[in-house]
Amino acid sequence: MKRIYLDYAATTPVDPRVAKAMEPFWNENFGNAGGLYEEGRRAKEALTKSRETITKLIGAKPDEIIFTSGGTESDNLAVFGVANAALQVVARAVVSPSSKSDFGTPKKSDFFPGDLVVGQPSGVKPHIIITKFEHHAVLTPCEQLAKEDFDVTFLDVGENGIVDPEDVRKALRPETVLVSIMYANNEIGTIQPIAEVGKVVKDFRMAKEQILKDLASPTGVSTRNFSAEKYPCLSKFDTETFGKQYPYFHTDACQAAGYLDLNVNNLGVDLMTVNASKIYGPKGVGFLYKRSGVKIKPQIIGGGQEMRMRSGTENIPLIVGLAKAFELAQAEKDSETARLVPLRDYFISEVMKRIPKVVLNGHTTKRLPNNINVSILDIEGEALVLYLDSKGISFSTGSACTSESLDPSHVILALGKPYEFAHSSMRFTLGRSTTKTDIDYVMGELPKTVEWLRIVSPISVDMNASGMSHPEAFAGENLRVKAKSKSYKPDVLLK
Amino acid sequence: MDDTKKDIDVINQYTGEKWYYTDIVKDHFFHPRNLLMEKPKDENEFDARGMVGSPACGDMMEMWMKVEGEKVKELKWKTFGCASAIAATSIYSVMLTENGGLTLDEAMKVRPQDVMKRLGGLPNRKIHCSVLADKAFQKTANDYFRKTGQNSRIVVEGARVIDARLNITDKDIEEAVLEGAANLEEVQQKLKVGVGASDEVKTDIESLIRFYREKYYG
Repeated sequence: MKRIYLDYAATTPVDPRVAKAMEPFWNENFGNAGGLYEEGRRAKEALTKSRETITKLIGAKPDEIIFTSGGTESDNLAVFGVANAALQVVARAVVSPSSKSDFGTPKKSDFFPGDLVVGQPSGVKPHIIITKFEHHAVLTPCEQLAKEDFDVTFLDVGENGIVDPEDVRKALRPETVLVSIMYANNEIGTIQPIAEVGKVVKDFRMAKEQILKDLASPTGVSTRNFSAEKYPCLSKFDTETFGKQYPYFHTDACQAAGYLDLNVNNLGVDLMTVNASKIYGPKGVGFLYKRSGVKIKPQIIGGGQEMRMRSGTENIPLIVGLAKAFELAQAEKDSETARLVPLRDYFISEVMKRIPKVVLNGHTTKRLPNNINVSILDIEGEALVLYLDSKGISFSTGSACTSESLDPSHVILALGKPYEFAHSSMRFTLGRSTTKTDIDYVMGELPKTVEWLRIVSPISVDMNASGMSHPEAFAGENLRVKAKSKSYKPDVLLK
Repeated sequence: MDDTKKDIDVINQYTGEKWYYTDIVKDHFFHPRNLLMEKPKDENEFDARGMVGSPACGDMMEMWMKVEGEKVKELKWKTFGCASAIAATSIYSVMLTENGGLTLDEAMKVRPQDVMKRLGGLPNRKIHCSVLADKAFQKTANDYFRKTGQNSRIVVEGARVIDARLNITDKDIEEAVLEGAANLEEVQQKLKVGVGASDEVKTDIESLIRFYREKYYG
C-alpha cells in the first residue's frame, strides 16, 4: 500500500543530496578531527567547512557554533548551561559583595563559601522566563530548575498560540538570566515574534547597563528614573550580580529551520537550537548557536572539543549531513513555503468543509507552511491514528494515550482549551513529497473514519467549551500544574 | 517476536517505546461487537444504563443493558478512547452476553484480568482501559438494582481520603497504580505531589498500592 506520510514535524527522511554529502565520511575519511595527520586533517577540514556553511547562513562567527547530538541536547545545554553559569555568578557575588550593593551586615555565609545558600543574602533566586508550550526539551529542564534554585515564569500564549512580547517585558526582573521562547511551535506550528522579543530583551539589558553606569556617576539619577519608569522592577536594581549581560535570549528553531529566516542578528537571539532530523538531515545531530561572550557551563565535559563547550569526538558524517541539510533547507525555504501554504490552507478548508465540529488549533496564518493541527471533537486521537494508519496515512495526535505520562498535549491545554480538545487534537504536517493528490486521498478517508468513530463515541463536546467537562473525574486535578494559571508552583517530591 | 503482536504498533515519540496490540484487540477495535449505533430515544428501551469517564486519560464509556430473569440479555455500549478501550468494551460485552448471557452476579465477578486474557494481553500502560469496562458495568448493574428496588445489591465505591493534607483519596492511588505506578515514588510522580508526608500515611498508601497491584496485576 502507498503510504502518505504526514508527520514531517516529527521527523523527515534524509534528502539524497545530504546522504551523498555524508557518504565519504563513514569509511573513506573516517579520521578523528583532533589528529594531526592526513586523516585527521581531512576530518578537521570537513568540520570547519560545515561550521562555516552554518555560520554564513545565520550571520554568526565560526566559534559561535557548538555541534551537539540534536535538538534536545542543544536545548538542555542552553537552559542548564546558562542556569549553572548564572549560579556561579551568584556564588561569586555572595562571596565578595559589590561595594555598591546594600547587603547590610555581613553574614557568616559572606565569608564561608562552603555554607553558601544560593540567592542569599539578597534572597533572590535567578529567574527564567519560558512559555507554557515550549518543547519538553526546554520545559522539563526548566521544571527541574524550578524545583531547585530557580524561579521560573511560564508565560501564557493566548488562544492563538502566540506569545505577546509585552508579556515578556512585564515578566522581566533584574535577576532574570534567561528568556527561552521557541521560534515555531512543534505541535501547532505557530510562529513566535522572536525578533520583537529580542528587542524587548535587548532594551532591558540596555536599561540595566544605563543604571549601572549612572550609579558610577553622581549625576545619573534622572536616567535611572527614566529606566525605572519603563521597568518598575529596576527601581531598586543596583547590583552587578545579574549584570548587564543578563538576561540571555534563547530560541528553539528546530521546527522553523526549514521555513523561516534564521539570521541571529535579525532575531536578536543569544542562543539558538537547530537540529538536522527535521530538515531532511540525519538524526542525532544538531547545533547550538552561542553568541560570543555568552556564559554557559558545558554539560558534557572531557576532551574539550567544540571550544570546550561540548566534549566528545566530533561526529563528522552527521555534522556534514547537518550542514548540507541546513544549507538546502535555507536555500529552498521560500519555494517550499510558496508551495506548501496553499496546500496547507486547502487541507484546513477541506477538513472544515467536510467534517462538522472541527476546531483549528493555533493562528490561521501565523503558522508554519506545513502545519495543520485540528481538534476533531468527540473522537480520541489514538483511535483515529490507528484507523488511518490502516489506510496508509501517517499523522500524530496530542492525545494522552500516546504519551508516556498519559497526560494530554500541554500545547493544546496552553491555548486554554479543555482536555477533550487535547485528546482530539490531530497534527498533520506536510513535507517535500506532499502533493495535492495526497491530500485528496486523505480527504477521501478522513471524513468517513471520523463519522464512524463518532458513532462509537458516547460523548458530544460543546464546540465553545472552555472548561473541563468532567473535572471531578480527574485524579488529583487541583494538585497538578494548571494549564491556565499564571503562576507556577513546583511540587516538591519526597525523597 | 510473536507474530500476532506485530501489526499495529504505536511508537511513543518521546521514549521510542512500542505498544503492540494483538490480533484480537485489532479485530475488536476495527470491528466492535454490540456497539450501540444510536443512543436510545426512549429511556425505557433498556433496563439500565451506566457511564464512567476519565477525561484525564481520554476515556469515556457508556453502557446500556437489557436483563432477562437474572441474565444479561443485551449489553450495548459506546466508548470514547483509544484502541484498547474500544476493544476492551467490545470483548467485555461479548463475555457477558455469549452463550445465553451471564447472571448479574456472575457478570459482576468478571475481572479486568479476564478481559485482558481474552484480548490476548494489553500493553502495560493500557490496562486502565480494560478496568473501565467493569466499572461501567457496575454502574449499569447498580442502575438496574435501583430501578428494580433491589437496593441491597447496589455496590458503591466510595472515595476515602488518605492524605488529608493534600486531599488524596484511595481512588487517586488506584488511578496511579492503573497507570503503572508500582511503588510510593512512582505514585508521587503520577500524582505529581509528595503524598505520604508522615510515616503513618506512607504506610497506608503503600498498603493500598499493594492492594491495587494485587487486584489488577496479581
